[in-house]
Amino acid sequence: MDHGESTYFVPAPSHWPLIGSIGLFALMLGFALLLDDQTLAGGYAAGIGLLVFVGMLFGWFGTVIRESRSGRYNDQVDASFRWGMGWFIFSEVMFFAAFFGALFYARHFAVPWLGGSGDKAISHDILWPHFVAAWPLLQLPDPANFTVAKEAMEAFGLPAVNTLILLSSGATVTWAHWGLKRDRRRQLIIGLAATVALGILFLTLQAHEYWDAYTLKNLRLSSGIYGSTFFMLTGFHGAHVTIGAIMLSVILARSALGHFTPTHHFAFEAVSWYWHFVDVVWLGLFIFVYLL
Amino acid sequence: MAEIALHGTEHGHPSGITRWLFSTNHKDIGTLYLLFSLTMFFVGGTFAMVIRAELFKPGLQFVDALTFNQMTTMHALVMIFGAVMPAFVGLANWMIPLMIGAPDMALPRLNNWSFWILPFAFTLLLSTLFMPGGGPAGGWTMYPPLFLQTGMAFPFVIFAIHLMGISSVMGAINVITTVFNMRAPGMVFRKLPMFVWTWLITAFLLIAAMPVLAGAVTMLLTDKYFGTSFFNAAGGGDPVMFQHVFWFFGHPEVYIMILPAFGIVSQIVPTFARKPLFGYTSMIYAVGAIAILSFIVWGHHMFTVGMPLAGELFFMYSTILIAVPTGVKVFNWVATMWRGSLTFETPMLWALSFIVLFSIGGFSGLMLGLAPVDFQYQDTYFVVAHFHYVLVTGAVFAIVGGIHYWLPKWTGRMYDERLGKLHFWLSVISVNLLFFPQHFLGLAGMPRRVADYAVQYTEWNMMSSIGGFIFGASQLLFLYNVIRTIRGSGAKASDQVWEGAHGLEWTLPSPPPYHSFTTAPEVK
Repeated sequence: MDHGESTYFVPAPSHWPLIGSIGLFALMLGFALLLDDQTLAGGYAAGIGLLVFVGMLFGWFGTVIRESRSGRYNDQVDASFRWGMGWFIFSEVMFFAAFFGALFYARHFAVPWLGGSGDKAISHDILWPHFVAAWPLLQLPDPANFTVAKEAMEAFGLPAVNTLILLSSGATVTWAHWGLKRDRRRQLIIGLAATVALGILFLTLQAHEYWDAYTLKNLRLSSGIYGSTFFMLTGFHGAHVTIGAIMLSVILARSALGHFTPTHHFAFEAVSWYWHFVDVVWLGLFIFVYLL
Repeated sequence: MAEIALHGTEHGHPSGITRWLFSTNHKDIGTLYLLFSLTMFFVGGTFAMVIRAELFKPGLQFVDALTFNQMTTMHALVMIFGAVMPAFVGLANWMIPLMIGAPDMALPRLNNWSFWILPFAFTLLLSTLFMPGGGPAGGWTMYPPLFLQTGMAFPFVIFAIHLMGISSVMGAINVITTVFNMRAPGMVFRKLPMFVWTWLITAFLLIAAMPVLAGAVTMLLTDKYFGTSFFNAAGGGDPVMFQHVFWFFGHPEVYIMILPAFGIVSQIVPTFARKPLFGYTSMIYAVGAIAILSFIVWGHHMFTVGMPLAGELFFMYSTILIAVPTGVKVFNWVATMWRGSLTFETPMLWALSFIVLFSIGGFSGLMLGLAPVDFQYQDTYFVVAHFHYVLVTGAVFAIVGGIHYWLPKWTGRMYDERLGKLHFWLSVISVNLLFFPQHFLGLAGMPRRVADYAVQYTEWNMMSSIGGFIFGASQLLFLYNVIRTIRGSGAKASDQVWEGAHGLEWTLPSPPPYHSFTTAPEVK
């Protein structure tokens, strides 16, 4: 890979990081105000923050794409991006680990203890002696302030279909990568388009599943620890699928514009790593949230 | 990578305010981090002065109990996330590229973003002090259900922590990428300066720990506003679960704040002992071992919460195990000085006091790590004394030592040695007057985070407060010394600065050129 550059590219001063910080600040300030008193000011601040942030993403990534296409990134810069993306994904893994940890703790310690087993039998006797531990937990220790769910989620319905969809999308993105490496543009574009379509299909089915949970099963965030862990884990995963699908769409558009060569296409690989990461998290969800 | 001529040179030397706002230069961003940290050091220090003034006598003198608790909470949050961590990132920014022979950090724009998130995060956090109901008062550990009673400040604190986490993770990614990818030819891992090694391992801890904190505070947020019951037993959750998730972050966080300090001391001691660092390889393994152990010891923060006996034992044994690699490090520093030609310039004084006083903090840590006796110490001033010995006379002393050590390299001017020594001696005496009596207070049963106390604790508290005021005031000397050095008074510093200093950073002029190594140095 020779782009005529033997030097490490140190970019010129850039206004995008500061704009990104201002966007994040307005977004967070707006959310905080909304949570505090639901005033319009919070909504405006959050809206403006989001616009600034999205504008920053376009501007910053646009700059990077222009720099990359003008051949200023050598192999060493490419390696920096690889390390950076890899450790970013690892930090995301650890974010999900916190919620998986909460799920395991609730299932294996908190709920059984409340049900009177093990060292903590006393809290069962003193607090809620009639509570029976179960998982999925539908009958709460003290249902007074909660939405009582009628049913838990089942694994072998939509979730199993969604598993197949997401696993296939991992295959299609890899097939697209093979196409890119062999310089078969058609295969690349078809593969990417299929991946995006599968991602959107996944999200549609998940939205349907949420609707089903909310209306028919009466399962909410406020349905106790089962609803909390279910919606937070699948919700954050769904948010990541959404981000991944948006990134894949950008890569699809860039592929159509012919931005990538068989040897120089880190952006494609970064997004496909991210997509595989989302895929693996889903497998964890399917096993630990739905199946077991 | 035979030659690193800089692409960026065509945009020359930026000037004016945009030099700082839009910077992609590791030295400028390092300076920003350090100045921000210095500011927060004095903001958090002001909170500490309020605490010590209130505790000078029993009864309520200056502030009410709620304000007092806001001061303890904010003091911790500001000092941890605003003073100590950014100071280390600032030092990393300045020194890692110089030490490994790189032109800059690997991802310069991301570097700038990491910094510029911080002032906004602290605007969110500090603004809560002016809100109806005031700032957070439930302690920096944010335990539910108490912390969920925070008023308007609550979401501001949570989002401020999210932003600080984003900043830290991006900074850590940059450090790892720089160390892996930007070393000069010949700068193999077994030649990396100790500061770089400790920071590399710290960066792994940051990436693994900070997202877990983000998860924990997100669960707090949804518990308060969206009806989840992670920490609510009525819905099948458990408030103790928060403590587990929080301390899974919290204990690595403790080492995030001390490992780079180990690195700084490992740079300073060999320089002023005029001997190479003793046991270089064992130092690296020790830091690695401490880092790995940090993920399996979190339960020692919650011995009294009612864990199963197996948990108490596991966390006690794993905690005590940390004494082994830590001991390796302390003995290595001592062995480095053995039969060296020692001189005692200001950086060396700080490093020496670090070794002694950090060890005292380590010993009280051993006491706290023993589950049966921890039942007496839990939530007393003994804990406060312990973590201030490791964080103030540990982390902060190493940072101050490092600043004296590297300031001549950064500015090209020597700081005032007499003023430096005066600042050191005032600090080291007053800090012991400040924190040592707190051991006795704690053993006698004085609880932490309470504005008032029983009269029998008066004498030790008065002593501690007097120590605190002297320590606080002494830092103004430090500020003055730093400012006058930056402004160019003081003798010109040579390239090597210190007679016994070795490493790539000392081969560059003082101050180094705007773009450090435009041609990669060859390391033999």
